[in-house]
Amino acid sequence: MTEIVDILISASFWAAVLRIASPLIFATMGELICERAGVLNLGIEGIMVIGAFAGWMTVYAGLGLWTGVAVAMLAGMAFGALHGVLTVPFGLSQHVVGLGITLLATASAYYAYRLALPEVTNPPRIEPFQPLHIPGLSDLPWLGEALFSQTALTWAAFACVAVVSLVLYRTPLGLALRAAGENPHAVEAQGLSVGAIRMGAVIVGSGLMAVGGAFLTMSAFSSFFFEMVNGRGWICIALVVFGAWKPGKALLGALLFAGFDALQVRLQQTGMGQVVPYQVFLMIPYLLSILALILMSRRAHVPAALMTPFNRGER
Amino acid sequence: MRLDPIAAPSPARALGLPALAILATIALAAALAAIAGANPLETFGLIVKGAVGSKFATLETLNRATPLIFTGLAVAVAFRARLWNIGAEAQLYAGALMTVVIGTQLGLPGPLAIPLMALGAIVAGALVLLGPVLLKTRLGVDEVVTTLLLNFIMALFISYLLEGPLKDPMGMGWPKSPALPRDARLPRIVEGLRLHWGFALALICAAGVWVMQTRTTLGYEIRAVGQNQQAARFAGIPVGRVLIKTALISGGLAALAGFSEVAGLKGNLTSDLSPDFGYTGIIVAMLALLHPLGVVVSALFVAGIFVGADSMSRAADVPTYIADILLAAALLFMVLAILLTRYRVVRG
Repeated sequence: MTEIVDILISASFWAAVLRIASPLIFATMGELICERAGVLNLGIEGIMVIGAFAGWMTVYAGLGLWTGVAVAMLAGMAFGALHGVLTVPFGLSQHVVGLGITLLATASAYYAYRLALPEVTNPPRIEPFQPLHIPGLSDLPWLGEALFSQTALTWAAFACVAVVSLVLYRTPLGLALRAAGENPHAVEAQGLSVGAIRMGAVIVGSGLMAVGGAFLTMSAFSSFFFEMVNGRGWICIALVVFGAWKPGKALLGALLFAGFDALQVRLQQTGMGQVVPYQVFLMIPYLLSILALILMSRRAHVPAALMTPFNRGER
Repeated sequence: MRLDPIAAPSPARALGLPALAILATIALAAALAAIAGANPLETFGLIVKGAVGSKFATLETLNRATPLIFTGLAVAVAFRARLWNIGAEAQLYAGALMTVVIGTQLGLPGPLAIPLMALGAIVAGALVLLGPVLLKTRLGVDEVVTTLLLNFIMALFISYLLEGPLKDPMGMGWPKSPALPRDARLPRIVEGLRLHWGFALALICAAGVWVMQTRTTLGYEIRAVGQNQQAARFAGIPVGRVLIKTALISGGLAALAGFSEVAGLKGNLTSDLSPDFGYTGIIVAMLALLHPLGVVVSALFVAGIFVGADSMSRAADVPTYIADILLAAALLFMVLAILLTRYRVVRG
């Protein structure tokens, strides 16, 4: 137990929580936007892969870090547009299309990676985002390391939650988006296009998912390797449910989740790691996601029109 | 735009659109090969040659198709009931695990061990899917995410066993299980040809699923639940129980892929036993439009693409991942084409 307390009071633990949460926050916000508009986006896992690859590749090719983020976002939006076209106007099964997009995006990233670097065994590194030094705050004892030693992308992740909340709850656009996921007929009655809103939500949401993926290669690991996303996309889908489709609660979920993840990595180094096999620690994030789903599935209000295609004129 | 249903699609539409989807996939393949700096026609030639160009290649394709028939059937059975089992990968490993445990730990003679291994595998796979389906029917937990997450949990569990209790002491430190005794392995169908009875079992299962779907009450109930749950419930069909039965069949079928790979081909369990056979089963099932006999054809096609692409990428500078792109694109083109055979796009 003292080991756990030691971990919890160490500044590096809290810095790790924020770092681990960042990609999850971006991708969870992306998925949340899609689902609030009525579209389940199972392309998330593959879109994170393509984002991780596109961002990394851009920087590896000699362009700037922020250009990399922009390229990752555009790549994600392209696959989002494909997902949107197939599921919104054509109303195809969101399960099938989403899984198809995940397979397509993942395979495209791997194909392009092998094309660019045919014989590489050790993945090359890029110079990633560096922690931002905030005068005053970063120099504080303990707090400076725990909270104010993050890269710009982590700050952007938190800003993203604020923006998504504001837009969803304080703007006409957000109202229309939520209505598209709850009662699409009411949206059409207002003279707005459900199709356009949903397309927009899926494209923007997919862009955010890709930035979440890009965080992995551009702020966390600094190289691209196969299977690096490793189910994070699926975990984000569980986080949306856990957060009851609300940005603030989803953020809390992502932080809680990252906390357990940071804890399990550190527990592996302690006496517990000698007794318990490391695979048990690595299972914790996935087990927690399932637990979160079980706890919240009954309580949360699911967007009423989630996974229901809207065909104008049909009642 | 708007979609209007077509009462009776013309044969030109019903056949032309899927054909168009295939053409679009081929065009994409050509473009990908050209991007890699290869001649598209030569690349296609190499893929076909690698898949069916020799006796060895053809047998390799049949062997690769075997687990895909099982996982494809598992997905087809479940999706028919709108039970989204994305966890065939985990169920496959559960089956493989049970096969190895029964085959190596009990010391039974072969004729007794083999059926017991298959049965154990089916039970293990069914149990792995039973959890998510009970969570779905009892608590309303979405099975897509739970079955997906179980794939990762199962992979870690297998990795633990292979480095711990199930590690082969003679394995020179490699994380692999002990090998099955000779007489606990599936024999070859024809002596001298590298094709084992797992393939025949897969064909039998496909026929069995087809009979189940078309000739039994359960098949009818599964279809009814898949088409409209509310209506099925209204008609007195016990939806929950049908979903559970579907899950047991689906999980069992996926587990047989693990059984057949271990007992027929590999002889032991490693953590790379399945190169995503579970996920590929989704593509196999969708390309077959969830028809069990179609699954056999589409598994052969998908296996051919993978085996052919592997062989092609050794000869040309086109990465083998071209196969994965093609199959994912084929899936998306095909679902769109099938939709457009039934609906007309109208402006406004």
